[in-house]
Amino acid sequence: MRLSELKEGESATVVHVGGNSRLRRRVLEMGLVKGTRLRVEKYAPLKDPLELVAKGVHLSLRVEEAEQIEVEKAD
Amino acid sequence: MVPRPITLALAGNPNSGKTSIFNNLTGTRQKVGNWPGVTVEKKEGRIRRGDREIIVVDLPGTYSLTPFSLEEVIARNYLLDERPDVGVVVIDATNLERSLYLATQIRELDCKVLFALNMADMARARGLTIDAAKLSQLLDVPVVFTVANRAEGMEELLEEAIRLADSPKPPDRTRRVKYSRDLEEAIGRLSGFLESRIGDRLAWLPRWTAIKLLEDDEVVKERLVAAAPEAARFVLEAAAKLRRHLSERYDEDPQIVLTDERYGFIAGIVREVQRADARRRVDVSRNIDLVLTHRFLGFPIFLFFIWAMFQLTFTLGETPVSWIEAGVGRAAQAAAALLPEGPLQGLIVEGVIAGVGSVLKFLPNILILFFCIALFEDTGYMARTAFLMDRIMHLIGLHGKSFIPMLMGFGCNVPAVMAARTLESPRDRILTILITPFMSCSAKLPVYVVLAGAFFGERAGNVIFALYLLGILLSILTGRLLRSTLLAGADAPFVMELPPYRMPMVKSLLIHMWDRSRIFLRKMGNVILIGSAVVWVLSSFPQASPPDSSPAAAAEEAAGGQDAVEARGSQIRESWLGKIGRAAEPLFAPLGIDWRGAVALLSGFIAKEIVVSTLGVLHAVGEAGQTEGALERALLSSGMTPLSGLAMMVFVLLYLPCLATVTAIRRETGSTKWMLFSIGYNTAVAWLVSFAVYQGGRLLGYA
Repeated sequence: MRLSELKEGESATVVHVGGNSRLRRRVLEMGLVKGTRLRVEKYAPLKDPLELVAKGVHLSLRVEEAEQIEVEKAD
Repeated sequence: MVPRPITLALAGNPNSGKTSIFNNLTGTRQKVGNWPGVTVEKKEGRIRRGDREIIVVDLPGTYSLTPFSLEEVIARNYLLDERPDVGVVVIDATNLERSLYLATQIRELDCKVLFALNMADMARARGLTIDAAKLSQLLDVPVVFTVANRAEGMEELLEEAIRLADSPKPPDRTRRVKYSRDLEEAIGRLSGFLESRIGDRLAWLPRWTAIKLLEDDEVVKERLVAAAPEAARFVLEAAAKLRRHLSERYDEDPQIVLTDERYGFIAGIVREVQRADARRRVDVSRNIDLVLTHRFLGFPIFLFFIWAMFQLTFTLGETPVSWIEAGVGRAAQAAAALLPEGPLQGLIVEGVIAGVGSVLKFLPNILILFFCIALFEDTGYMARTAFLMDRIMHLIGLHGKSFIPMLMGFGCNVPAVMAARTLESPRDRILTILITPFMSCSAKLPVYVVLAGAFFGERAGNVIFALYLLGILLSILTGRLLRSTLLAGADAPFVMELPPYRMPMVKSLLIHMWDRSRIFLRKMGNVILIGSAVVWVLSSFPQASPPDSSPAAAAEEAAGGQDAVEARGSQIRESWLGKIGRAAEPLFAPLGIDWRGAVALLSGFIAKEIVVSTLGVLHAVGEAGQTEGALERALLSSGMTPLSGLAMMVFVLLYLPCLATVTAIRRETGSTKWMLFSIGYNTAVAWLVSFAVYQGGRLLGYA
C-alpha cells in the first residue's frame, strides 16, 4: 500500500521509494530507506502535508509525495 | 615565527546546532557576505587562540552533498577547492544516523574531519546513549562533546581542531563506506581510467570522482570536461556504460543504490555505538506540537502569533520611532545652521537628511519584526508555519516556506526578498520574490493612513484592511499566472524536517536580528541616500525664480511659514519632476489622479512613504505631520474624491517596488530581466486595477 493511505497513528515499513529522481534522492537522504519503520504522526489541519516519525525524526511531506512511497503496514 | 592561520569549516545538518556553535566560537567577530557568484549567505569569523589565528567558516546547513541544491554545491565546492585545514562536522546526537550520512560523504572528500557530537544531553533525555570512543575508533575521527546552546565544549573543540590541523597524519582513506562487489568493481575501473587518462589534471580523489560519475553528478561532469576535454569524453562514456550496466544489475538507478548502501554502512555503525533505552519518556516537543499544529487550534494559534508579532512591531516600535524622528529633525536643523544657504544646503537638509530620515525611522519596527522572526526560527516554529500553510501556498504553486518571506513582506520587502533564500528550488525562489512586493509593506502604511484618513474617516481601518487583502489576492493570482506560464515545471520536493522545539538563545536571536537589520541599514547608506538626492535635484531644478534673498523671505523660510511652503510647491510644479508628472498626467487621469498625485507616486520609487511628504509639499502644507490634519484637509479640498483616493491607494499598493527592493530583486534573482519584469508587471497591474476601481466605481455611481 501507499504511505498516503495510512491513517494517523498507523505504522509501516518502507518497501520502495518512487517518483522523480529529485524526490527519491531527497526522501532517501532524510533516512527513509528501504526497511525503515515509520509512524504517521498526523495530517496538517488542511489534510496536507502529513507528518511522520522515523528513527526519532519528525518529517513532513506532501500527500502527493507520500503517494510515491510504497509501504507495508505493520500491525 | 608566527604559525600559519588555520581554517575550520563547520558542516552539519540544518538544526544540528551548527549555527550556535559558530556563534559561540566567533561571537561578534563575524563577517557576513555572499558565496562568490551566488546569493547564499557566507559567514566567516576570525578568532585567536594564543598566537594562532583561526578562521571559522560556516558552511550552509545540508543533509547531503548532492549537486541538487545550491547550498550543497557550495558546501562541497568549498571543501573540495578551498581545502580547509579541518572540516568540523556537527553531529546531532539525537539524530545520529542522518548526521553520519553527511559526515561519511565529507570523509569521502579527503579532508581532515573532526566530529562535534552535539546535544548528547538531549539524546540522553530521550534514552539514547552514544559511545563516542567507539564511534571515534570505528571511523578514525576525533570526537568532541559539545552542548552548543550552553556554549559547552567550545575550547575542547578548538584545541582538538588545532591539534588535528597541525598533525602530519593525512586523512584516513581506509575506513570509508565499502559498497557491494559490483559497485566497488565499477568504482575501481572508473578510478583506474581517471588516473591513467586524466592523472594530475584531476583535482580530486579518483575514488570520490568515480563515485560521483556513477551518480551522474552534473557538476563533477562539467568540471571534468573543463579540466581535460578530450580524456573526459572517454571517461564519461565509460561511466555511462557502467551506469547502464549497474542499473540492469540492481534494477535501480545507481544513485539510489549508493545512497542505500551508505545508509546500510551507517546503520552498522549506529548499531555498534548507540544504545537506545526502551523506557517510555515524555516527549515535550511532541506535546507542544500536538497543540500548535492541532487540527482545530493550529490555525487560530498561528494567526494569534502573527497578530502578536505585528502588534509588537508597531506598538512597541512607536516610541523609538518618535525619538528617531526628533533626532532627524535636530540633525536637519543643525545642518541648516552650519551650511550656508543655497543649493547645497537644500540638497543636504531637504534631500539627504529628510530622505534618509524618512526611512531610518523604520529601523525600530524592523528590528522588532526581525527579532520575532528569529524567535520563530530558533524555536522551531517556523517549520510548523510551513507545515500549516503548505496546502494553501501549494494552491498558488508555491512552497510552504514561501509563506515566511511573504509574511516579512508586510514589514519591508527588502529583507523579505532576501528571505526567499530559504527556498531550495530557483523557480520557487524567483516566484516568491516576484509576488512578495504585493504584500503591503510598512512604508506604504503612512500613505494609506493619510489618504484613508482624509477620505474615509471612521472607516479608514476597514479600507486599509481591504487593501492588504487585495494585495494578498493579487499575489495569489500572480502566482498562479506565472506558475502556468513563465515559471512552469515540476515542484521541488517539499520533504522537510520538523525539528524539535527548542529554547532559543538570546545571543543567537540578537545576532540573527542584527544580521538582517544591517542589510536594511546598508541600503540607507547608498541607495536611499543617492535616490533622495536625485529626487531633490529633480524637484529643485530648474529653479522657478531667482532665489529670493530678501532677509524677510529667508527668515520666513527658516521658520517654515506658509508662503515658503507655497513657494516650494510652485517650485516643484516648475521643476523637472513636476514637468514629468504633468507629462504623465494623461496616464493618471483615468485613475482620478492629478499631476500632484503623479509626481508624488513617482517620488515614491525612492521609498513609498515619500509619497506622503511629496503630497504635503505639493499641496503646500509643509512637512507632513507638522500640522496635524492639514494634508488631509488640503486633499479634501483639492478636487480628489473618496473614489480617486481609493484608486490612488490601490496604485500605491501595487505599483513598482521601491528602489531598494528593486535592487534586492536584481541581486537575489541574479538577473536584470526579472528586475525589469517586476517593475513592468507590477506597474501594469497597478494601473489596470486602479483603472477598474476608479472607472468601475464611477459606473456604479460613486464619486
